[in-house]
Amino acid sequence: MHDSGLLLDAEGLQCLRHDEALFAPVAIRLGAGDLLVVEGRNGAGKTTLLRALLGLGRLQADRLCHRGRDVLEQREVLRAACNWLGHLLALKGELSVLENLRLALALADEDLHGDPEALLERVGLAGYEDTPARSLSAGQRKRAALARLAASRRPLWLLDEPFANLDRQGMDVVESILAEHLARGGAAILTSHGVLPIRLQARQLRLEALH
Amino acid sequence: MSTLRPYRALLGRDLRLAWRRRADVLMPLAFAVLVVLLFAIAIGGVEERLAPMAAPIIWVTVLLSGFLSLDGMFRGDVDDGALDQLLAGSSSLVGLMYAKALAHWLLYGVGLTLAAPILALLLNLPVELLPVMLTSLALGTLGATQVGLIAAALTARLRRSGILLALIVMPLFLPLLIFGSGSVEAVRFGDSPRGALLLLAAQSVFLLTLAPPAAALALRIGDE
Repeated sequence: MHDSGLLLDAEGLQCLRHDEALFAPVAIRLGAGDLLVVEGRNGAGKTTLLRALLGLGRLQADRLCHRGRDVLEQREVLRAACNWLGHLLALKGELSVLENLRLALALADEDLHGDPEALLERVGLAGYEDTPARSLSAGQRKRAALARLAASRRPLWLLDEPFANLDRQGMDVVESILAEHLARGGAAILTSHGVLPIRLQARQLRLEALH
Repeated sequence: MSTLRPYRALLGRDLRLAWRRRADVLMPLAFAVLVVLLFAIAIGGVEERLAPMAAPIIWVTVLLSGFLSLDGMFRGDVDDGALDQLLAGSSSLVGLMYAKALAHWLLYGVGLTLAAPILALLLNLPVELLPVMLTSLALGTLGATQVGLIAAALTARLRRSGILLALIVMPLFLPLLIFGSGSVEAVRFGDSPRGALLLLAAQSVFLLTLAPPAAALALRIGDE
C-alpha cells in the first residue's frame, strides 16, 4: 500500500473556480522534514490550493492521504494535523499581543510550549506583550502571528506568503522557526512568488495556470 | 481527545471583545429605549391607551434592537481572518456555533431583557405584568438569537447584508412574537400565561437544536 509515514500524500489535486480547473493536476508527497514551495504567477491558484487542502473551498483529488489514512472524505483528520497561516492573520485588534497568542492556541486546543514572553521575544516583539494588536505595524502583526506558529506542535504547516511584510530580521525568524519545525519531524508547504529569502532545502511545485 | 477548551475560548473571546467595545453593545439597548420613547410620546401618556399596547410594543422593539446586532455577529471574524481559522481548525464547527450563539444571547438577549423594566416604565406597563414580560423575553430572545445565527451565517460573506438579513429574520421572528406578546396579554386578561410560555419555550428549544448545525453548514457552503 502507500507509505504510511507520509504526512501528506496526494495525487491529482485540482482546484475549481466556477466549475473550471485553475491549474493542471498536481501531486504532493510530504514526509517528515520536507519543505515544499508552491510557485506560480499571480492568480495561478497557490492560495486556493492551500485553502482547499484544509477544506476551505472545493478540492478535487484522486488520492489524499495523511499517515497512510485516506482523508479525502474526512478532512477534519487532516485539519487536526495542520496549522494555517493565511494572508489575514486572525488577530483581534482590541486584544493585546499576548491575549491574541493565548486565544489562538486555546481555539486550536494546543498547549503553550515554553514561556510566552520568551516566545514573543523570539519573534522580536519583546516589550509588546500588552500592546493591542491594532496599534502594531503590518510587519509586527505578522510577527505576532508567527509567535502562534512557533508555539504550535502540529505536524503540517500551510503558510501563505509567510515572508510578506517582513524585514530581513523577520525573514530570519521565519527561517529559524521553520528549521526547528522541520527538525522536529514536521513538514511545511509555503507559497511564494520569486526567490525564497531563506537557505533551507526546499522542493518546488509549479502550478501551471490553465487559463 | 477533544475538550471543551476551544468552545470556552470562543465564548470568552466574544464576551471580552464586547467588553472592550462596550459602546457597540450598548447601542441596541439605547435604540430600544429611544423607539419606546417615541411610541410613548406619539400615543400620549394616557394610561388607559398605553396599557393594552405596552407589551406588543416592547416585544417588537426588543426583536428589532436584537436584529441590529446581527450584522456584527460574523463581520469582524470574516474581515480579520478569524472565521477562516475557525473553519480550518479541528474543532467542531457546530460546537463553535453554540458558543457564538450563547455569547450573543448573554450580551443582547439578557441585556435587552434586563432593560425591559425601563421600557415597561416608559410605557406604563402594569407592574403585575412585569414578571411574565421578563420571562417571555428571556425565553424568546434565546430563540431569536438562533434565528439570527442562521441568518448571519448565511449572509456572513456578503458586503451589504442589511436588507437581506431583515427579509430572512423577520418572518421567522413572527411565531416568537405571537406567543411572547400573547403570554403577557393572557395575564392582562386574567388568564394563565402557561400555555403561551410553554409554546415559546418549545420554539426556542427547537431553534436551539436546529440553528447551530444549520449555521455551521451555511458557513461551510458559503466558503466554496
